[in-house]
Amino acid sequence: MTATELVGLTAAEAIGRIRAGELEPAELWSAYQQRAQADDLNAYTWVADADAPAADPAAPLAGVPVAVKDLFCTEGIPSQAGSRILENYCPPYTATAIQNIYDAGAPLLAKTNQDEFAMGSSNENSAYGPVLNPWDRARVPGGSSGGSAAAVAAGLAPWATGTDTGGSIRQPAALCGIVGFKPTYGAISRYGMIAFASSLDQAGTFTRDVTDAALLLEAMVGKDPYDSTCLGLPEPVQPPTATDLRGVRLGVPEELSGEGIEPGVLAAFERTLDIARDLGATVESTHLPHAAHGLSAYYLIAPAECSSNLARFDGVRYGMRVDDGGGLLDMYTGTRAAGFGDEVKRRIMLGTYALSSGYYDAYYGRAQKVRTKISEDFESAFSAFDFLVTPTSPGVAFELGAKSDDPLAMYFNDFCTVPMSLAGIPALSIPNGTAQAPGGSSTELPTGFQIAGPAFSENKLLNAAYALETALAFDSSPAREAS
Amino acid sequence: MNVELEPVIGLEIHVQLKTRTKMFCSCALSFGEEPNTRTCPICLGLPGTLPVTNAQAVHFGLMMAMAFDCEIAPKSIFHRKNYFYPDLAKGYQISQYDIPLCSNGRLGDVRIHRIHLEEDAAKLVHEGASGRIHDSDSSVVDYNRGGTPLAEMVTEPDLRSAEQARDWLNLLRVTLRQLGVSDVNMEEGSLRCDANVSVRPRGSSELGTKTELKNMNSFRFVMQGINAEIARQTALVQAGEPVVQETLHFDPVTGRLSSLRSKEEAHDYRYFPEPDLVPVAPTEAMLERARTAIPELPAAREERYGRDFSLGGDTARLLAYEPQFGDYFEATTQEATAGVSPAVLANWVTELRTRIGASSDPAESKVTPDALAVLAALVTERRINASAGRQVLDTLVAEGGDVAAIVEREGLAAMDSDEELAGIVKAALEANADAAAKVRDGNAKAMGPIVGYVMRETKGRADGGEVGRLVREQLGI
Ligand SMILES: [Zn+2]
Repeated sequence: MTATELVGLTAAEAIGRIRAGELEPAELWSAYQQRAQADDLNAYTWVADADAPAADPAAPLAGVPVAVKDLFCTEGIPSQAGSRILENYCPPYTATAIQNIYDAGAPLLAKTNQDEFAMGSSNENSAYGPVLNPWDRARVPGGSSGGSAAAVAAGLAPWATGTDTGGSIRQPAALCGIVGFKPTYGAISRYGMIAFASSLDQAGTFTRDVTDAALLLEAMVGKDPYDSTCLGLPEPVQPPTATDLRGVRLGVPEELSGEGIEPGVLAAFERTLDIARDLGATVESTHLPHAAHGLSAYYLIAPAECSSNLARFDGVRYGMRVDDGGGLLDMYTGTRAAGFGDEVKRRIMLGTYALSSGYYDAYYGRAQKVRTKISEDFESAFSAFDFLVTPTSPGVAFELGAKSDDPLAMYFNDFCTVPMSLAGIPALSIPNGTAQAPGGSSTELPTGFQIAGPAFSENKLLNAAYALETALAFDSSPAREAS
Repeated sequence: MNVELEPVIGLEIHVQLKTRTKMFCSCALSFGEEPNTRTCPICLGLPGTLPVTNAQAVHFGLMMAMAFDCEIAPKSIFHRKNYFYPDLAKGYQISQYDIPLCSNGRLGDVRIHRIHLEEDAAKLVHEGASGRIHDSDSSVVDYNRGGTPLAEMVTEPDLRSAEQARDWLNLLRVTLRQLGVSDVNMEEGSLRCDANVSVRPRGSSELGTKTELKNMNSFRFVMQGINAEIARQTALVQAGEPVVQETLHFDPVTGRLSSLRSKEEAHDYRYFPEPDLVPVAPTEAMLERARTAIPELPAAREERYGRDFSLGGDTARLLAYEPQFGDYFEATTQEATAGVSPAVLANWVTELRTRIGASSDPAESKVTPDALAVLAALVTERRINASAGRQVLDTLVAEGGDVAAIVEREGLAAMDSDEELAGIVKAALEANADAAAKVRDGNAKAMGPIVGYVMRETKGRADGGEVGRLVREQLGI
């Protein structure tokens, strides 16, 4: 097989060939390693330079290499979370989710670029430079897991891990035309995932298709004695097989599928609903009355938790230290002023304020109440519907720099994805076509279709997504061929 | 004005729990190991790590709750207490806040407001003249202690004097030790006590402005510190000056208190629920396990010794607070023959305690409870006198052995023939005629030379009381 043919395989197809003895894992490794080393999207912050590691074709992932978001700690390998403050930081241990992937037989190919500490929706907040979208290099790949999304879309990796706090898997997957899956909060251990907002952070997958998502997810999930908030999943993740959506009730929350969504994205969304109906699903509009407040609640809860989670970066034990002999306070402020980027500082200040005595009830306390209301909205919606569907991102990929000076416009990227994060429920984005960017651009860019289900409904969700994916027959090859 | 003032004292106690591992990671607890050898990514706060609650610490907390008759929260939660300091690896301490594990309990006559679980900070060593961080040349951090489980207890302001505070703290110490949840050593920091002190006119029910006293790391310093603060506040109030609410640092060298107020103390801790941990929700099985793990506690044992053995207050408390002597005492009562009272046995146990030291375990001494019971019986039956008994005990402590054999070997048996003793007394009266005359005239002190004669003749085996009786009999008084 040529290298181009090799990287055209999905991970599941590659595993099939390896098992059949038609493909050597080392061949696959070399093809991807070469592409990864030639990465010109800035998708990677570290690429393995070793020869192909020993692989076990009988292992679940059969030696198909994986790219890992830099937010995950990998022993002895730089894990910088997109931040200057962790430049060249090599942890002494490996995150549970990544160890699980190793144990399932997939070696580490590369670490992917990301927004600093997962704070961002465009990957422009990385201390290691922005990641380019393989569909149009003048545009962002989305964020915060932009490097993982771009790498998988461009064929620089068969698949990748990501983390999603308010949409950081689903939105970049949508903007790059691939599948992004954020499972139920607590399905995958957070141990070794550098924390942004602990009550929201959830690891997940970037894959070419839904079958690969099921495979990689099954490798990652599981209880962990090192994470008491991790429950695993009640049953193993199965490869999806559904060919129709007969009997499936889809709800379309009006609050997340109208105002503020680009017309091209909405048109693609409507076309997908038609396909769903053709497959036998019923589609009805519904309401999540508090969903519109999701962003406001999210931008209080996440910064509050981040202000505390990032306190440990103080220059004392690891990472950057700026100490010009001015004493302890000077070392703290010097280190953090030089080590953190603007968006991180903005959120630390927001969160510190929201937790301050006298403001706690009005901000953090109230945001938690909104969060509870949103969970209740979903609960009542799931009594009438199997899944709720929305556009994943309000728009297609935007141009680099377009929203850099407008934090609120940037935060709006998470409008459709944040409510599911607040409720802790599983949600997945599949590519459902392309649309032109607003403003007269003729470039066709991918759009995403989000499917959300009740907690622990992963297998059903994957099956519904698989049936839709098959009918949609989205062609993701242009992004690979351009790279 | 010179109103009579009454001190009002409450205590805040940090108890280091004697678990096998730290509060939120699996590092073994540290006992003076090389700095930073008992650490792991979790207690060093490395990026990506998460805490997991130590089940044994929760178990110990539940035991304390039951020992102190506390209410146990069905679901208590941990919070983050945020502040920057190098002794805090994560930039926050994980501690229980608005819903503690235990509340509304009591030990003795002091109410316990709450008990909560938290993690200890690391140890900072400031290299420089003052030993304080702000003007030290450099500081080093030893993270061995960081993450050690602590139970923080807060009492209601029910204490009225430094002595009462010390005595209650001692009861708490022996109770916690008997529970087996802590080493409770103030000098080593496994028991740390801060005090809230205020004064008010006697009879008033309002509380005065309180100050918080820190760094009193021995029972003596707790007394000294509280007394110094009562005196300071009393002088202020008598002079019509206000007491300022502040934190005071006890200096063990000068015995003085100084204000700790500085910028680093003005914290807004930004408490919020720790999202990395699930609530502590004790199951019925956990409660049952804690219930059955509680031994008889010192206060109950003291009460039982008074009731069942008629021991006096001091003796009962001593044997109850030092349970190894209490256990030993109870063993001697099992061995003792009728007619030997528990009070006599208890006295012999305290004699033994004086000889082997209060920190020793008498069960490991060479003196068996049986031997001590036999010894007590010989003295009670006047078969040897008390001083001979103490001499036998010295021998037992040194080399053990059979009481009867020691008495025999050392010739300590009391004289068993009354006629023989009467004869010696008669000779003594003849040899000390002057003294005998004085005694007959009512001067009891003149008895000395007569008794001395008898003791010389009998090599000390004569019973002193019996000698006196015979003297008076023969002199007809
Ligand atoms: Zn540790």
